[in-house]
Amino acid sequence: MNRFFGFLKKEFYHIFRDKRSMLILFGMPIVQIMLFGYVINTDLKDVKMAVLDHSKDEYTAEIINKITSSGYFQLTENLQHLDQADAVFRKGEVKLILVFEPDFGKNLIKNSNGNVQILTDASDPNTANLEVNYLQGILQNYNVEINEGRPVPSSVQVKSRMYFNSNLESVFMFIPGIMATILMLVSAMMTSISIAREKELGTMEILLVSPLNPLQIILGKVTPYLALSFINALVIIGMGYFVFGVPILGSFVLLMAESILFIFLALSIGIFISTVAKSQQVAMMLSMFVLMLPTIILSGFIFPIRNMPVPLQVISHIIPPKYFIIILKNIMLKGVGFEYVWKETLVLFGMTIGFIVLSLKKFKVRLQ
Amino acid sequence: MDAGIQIDNLSKSYDDVHALKNINLDIKAGELFGIIGPDGAGKTTLFRLLATLLLPDSGKLRLCETDVVDQYKVIRNLLGYMPGKFSLYQDLSVIENLEFFARVFNTRIADNMDMIHDIWVQIEPFKDRLAGKLSGGMKQKLALCCALIHQPKVLLLDEPTTGVDAVSRNEFWQMLKGLKSKGITIVVATPYMDEANMCERVALIQEGEILQVNSPAEIVDQFGKDLYAIKSDDNYQSLLDLREFDHTESVFLFGQSLHYTDVRNDFLIDEIEDYLKNKGRLQLEIEKIKPGIEDCFMALSVKSDQHE
Repeated sequence: MNRFFGFLKKEFYHIFRDKRSMLILFGMPIVQIMLFGYVINTDLKDVKMAVLDHSKDEYTAEIINKITSSGYFQLTENLQHLDQADAVFRKGEVKLILVFEPDFGKNLIKNSNGNVQILTDASDPNTANLEVNYLQGILQNYNVEINEGRPVPSSVQVKSRMYFNSNLESVFMFIPGIMATILMLVSAMMTSISIAREKELGTMEILLVSPLNPLQIILGKVTPYLALSFINALVIIGMGYFVFGVPILGSFVLLMAESILFIFLALSIGIFISTVAKSQQVAMMLSMFVLMLPTIILSGFIFPIRNMPVPLQVISHIIPPKYFIIILKNIMLKGVGFEYVWKETLVLFGMTIGFIVLSLKKFKVRLQ
Repeated sequence: MDAGIQIDNLSKSYDDVHALKNINLDIKAGELFGIIGPDGAGKTTLFRLLATLLLPDSGKLRLCETDVVDQYKVIRNLLGYMPGKFSLYQDLSVIENLEFFARVFNTRIADNMDMIHDIWVQIEPFKDRLAGKLSGGMKQKLALCCALIHQPKVLLLDEPTTGVDAVSRNEFWQMLKGLKSKGITIVVATPYMDEANMCERVALIQEGEILQVNSPAEIVDQFGKDLYAIKSDDNYQSLLDLREFDHTESVFLFGQSLHYTDVRNDFLIDEIEDYLKNKGRLQLEIEKIKPGIEDCFMALSVKSDQHE
């Protein structure tokens, strides 16, 4: 035991004295959350729009008022003529133009049919689509409002409600993803690099010659990162909760227990990488390409798995973060208990055991 | 327990390199033994085999009456090993390094102070300095302390003086002599022939084969030929000319002079002088000298080449 604590102490010296490790450990999670939470945001907010109002009556004024007060759109320009549209889009500020037909109000009263046209800058097609949908939604609401109390010739009224994320906040989706990415990166990359460093600097030679056994060396390497990764998990969930308002509807204890399981898995992958990699650089490259990219792209973090081509869907089944993200979303957003995530938990558990066995087998008590 | 080392018919090859060929060696308990040979001779491979870090292809290795392959765990407690490359933690201070190794071997610095005291007093003033910021000589002293902290029976030092200045090298050897008096078997590898004289016995090794095992004095005695140092205005040209000379047995460039032996046992120095003068050499100085280990090494390695 004394041996083990001596080893731990040394590992903590290594981590706390290396500015780069500290930066990756504690700087990266915060920066990533801020980036994903604020910058990469698919929600609409203050989209600059222009209005070309050929009618200028109380109805158009009311509609414009409704649109600008929604928070999604911001009126920046009033156009006089349709010819201006092209020039306005080219300037790039305005993304959307709403055109009211002449005598819009009159038509609406007399013929119960007023026409508007929506023009968008579709150089960014996804956003353009989103903007049109939002605007149509506002107009739809207005329709319902002015028809209140009046018999409407049979029509289907759609009322949708978004469960588990009623405002469709993208940060709800990102927090579990970031957590998986960071825990994977910190745990796997840092352990694999720290073991590879001992090999590269020749200190592994001395450790091997000492009476330390492989299990003691591996545990000594893993424990500090287990502790630090756990702190990271707390920081990420804390920031999600307090800064972005991501709820934790399920059991906090279960959430943390699942996180520890995932950290264990990531650590065992890290050890496995280090048994293959001879130098820090190789360890880093392996962690980056084998872990980072699949974690971000194939885990369902950003891109939905069901939209992927079949071969990639198959590959996604062996990507550990996929299961962790499912577990996190279930616990945090749906508030379900263990009975709904035990299958995913079992998969993670199995993978952990597998990697630990593989690493212990591959760990050499000699140099060759 | 007898802290000797027995090596029988030991062979080791890497993919296409035959690093050690049928080595036989018997190192006695408490001996200060030198393994001397140029880079690539197989010294490090031999040390790693002794340190249980490599497995031999064939042959037997016994250390302290214990088999190095089967009982490597036992051996690892008996062994102090200092690899060729500086292998301590550069981001840990001197005292932290020492404490770490003490704890790894389940012991304390205070309990082993008598063992390392003489060396420790020299690096103690720098005990809070990071190991990476020490000078080459200091690093080696620290590494030696760390290798000794668990009172090993056998100390393996792989090129401990490479890259260390002359004064520190000398100090280092004095320390080893001090350790020897405590009864530890010490095996040192070095590429420096002049360090052979510091050892009780040496093995000259080249291309994975042991040329000779003997005390330095006896190796020199066995040289058996008269050796001459020849200086001139152009040593390189003399070397080429002497290679053409009918009576040359061997001629090598040694720093500022040539070392020459003749095939005949009885001859006049003037003969060589005249020969070189005729070739146009000036400022000729020829004198008989005592052979060193390096001369013996050269002679032996030539012999082994001819043998093949």
